[in-house]
Amino acid sequence: MCEVDRSARQLPAVEGAADVNILTVVDVTKRYGHVVALDGISFSIRKGSITALLGGNGAGKTTTLSILLGLLIPTSGSVTVFGEDMLLNRYCVLGRMNFASPYVDLPKRLTGRQSLNVYGHLYGLRDIKNRIARLSSDLEMQPFLDRPASGLSAGQMTRLMLAKALLNEPDLLLLDEPTASLDPDTGDWVRGYLQRFARETGGTILLASHNMGEVERLCDRVLMLRAGIIVDDDSPSDLIRRYGRQNLEEVFLDIARNRRTGTLQGKSQ
Amino acid sequence: MSAPGTEAASRAPFSWRRLMAINLRHLYVLRSSWPRILELAYWPTVQMILWGFITTFFTQHSTWLSQASAVLITGVLLWDVLFRANLGFAVPFVEEMYARNLGQLFISPLRPYEFVVALMMLSGIRTLIGVLPASLLAAPLFDVWVYGMGLPLIAYFTNLIVMGWSIGLVASGIIIRNGLGAENLIWFSVFLLAPVSGIYYPITTLPTWLQPVAKILPSSHVFEGMRAVLFEGRFDVPHLLWAIGLNFVYLALASLFFLTMFRSARRLGLILHQGE
Repeated sequence: MCEVDRSARQLPAVEGAADVNILTVVDVTKRYGHVVALDGISFSIRKGSITALLGGNGAGKTTTLSILLGLLIPTSGSVTVFGEDMLLNRYCVLGRMNFASPYVDLPKRLTGRQSLNVYGHLYGLRDIKNRIARLSSDLEMQPFLDRPASGLSAGQMTRLMLAKALLNEPDLLLLDEPTASLDPDTGDWVRGYLQRFARETGGTILLASHNMGEVERLCDRVLMLRAGIIVDDDSPSDLIRRYGRQNLEEVFLDIARNRRTGTLQGKSQ
Repeated sequence: MSAPGTEAASRAPFSWRRLMAINLRHLYVLRSSWPRILELAYWPTVQMILWGFITTFFTQHSTWLSQASAVLITGVLLWDVLFRANLGFAVPFVEEMYARNLGQLFISPLRPYEFVVALMMLSGIRTLIGVLPASLLAAPLFDVWVYGMGLPLIAYFTNLIVMGWSIGLVASGIIIRNGLGAENLIWFSVFLLAPVSGIYYPITTLPTWLQPVAKILPSSHVFEGMRAVLFEGRFDVPHLLWAIGLNFVYLALASLFFLTMFRSARRLGLILHQGE
């Protein structure tokens, strides 16, 4: 029960402080039979940060996000979000989190407004109508908010999914490939919006992406995953410097292909 | 800072608002599609008309059956309550899987047991939409007024709905664990029970070795009770108590089964990747 765990919360008076970890993953392993999807990963996420989870296909990014959301039970290890154990008390914190991904959808027969209304009730929002109006304005959704989702373009659908993910003004926003399948213009618009969201609300973002330009622009930290292991962890600029590369894409290829490792000299903490 | 009220709402272990949200999501779909509403009422009506005419024919050729038209038509309608209750539970569940919306729902504060209760409410609504027109039509067409049964009808209706939920829970549990390939379970699981439920005949008609199977089904006790009311004009309390007791046990077991399958799906990472 949430009430019991409230007393055990690890973020009492200092929750507003910028250096507070709002998410802590300790030695998380996920096995499917003999297949090891995650192999003892550990990391923490600071409040207000934008962190990228990078890795090739099958590296464990979506598995990690699923565990953080409580949709997947790890084989071992612990996940603490806002001081609550996600394996035992995920409902205590799910109201402060949200998620958008191409792996999930919204009902195609419902209009955007109807879907947002349903989720507004699920999250217990006090003033759903105004919240939808605000998001609709911010995300420029008025022209299609009352159309069934089945008739929306990829860009419009991304905005709707983003609106659903921001509905409860989450303190922790998890995104899986937020700009996949978007044209460069719409992708750029979404990235700009996420930057504004983080800056204006102080919200924390953890995103999995294959778009290195996006990560360089948005993120202040990168967790590099390969075969279920975190093989590097640094800011984009420091990763580029340590690997002696021009951009993050080259670093990504070095790591994904196991070509070389970045020197730990000068690694930022 | 998350939106006002959301954290407190998330911590509440049970929320009517979350139940209503799930209902709202499916009522939006129902409201916007008259063919769906028509489809809900279509089969019960067609079944009732078909069986009505069959019994009309037989009543003109048999003295026993001259008393039986009400029994057969009421049997058809009550059987449809069970069938619709199962569909009313399992179809919205499968729709969430097809819509790839299950992952979205379960990253919200919605609890699995709240989801189950919401689906039960939806099942009730869909069953009423389906069976009400057919039951009313039976009066002008065949002079059968099922509501003349009075309170026993409510008891039988409730028991069949609860049994439909149990079947829907088991079918949904298997589907969430094994994927949409198991979808047909929703349709044939109920029909599997039809021959041993004694809908149109007393369970003593069944072979002796099959009768114990009928006796452990709440539906067979409901239909025996229905015949007692319509043929003998008496309310058979023992049959009703058997139906209630068995339903209580099956609903508890089915709920446990569904929640176990749901947890198993979480362990295998199936919730996020469900869909076509």
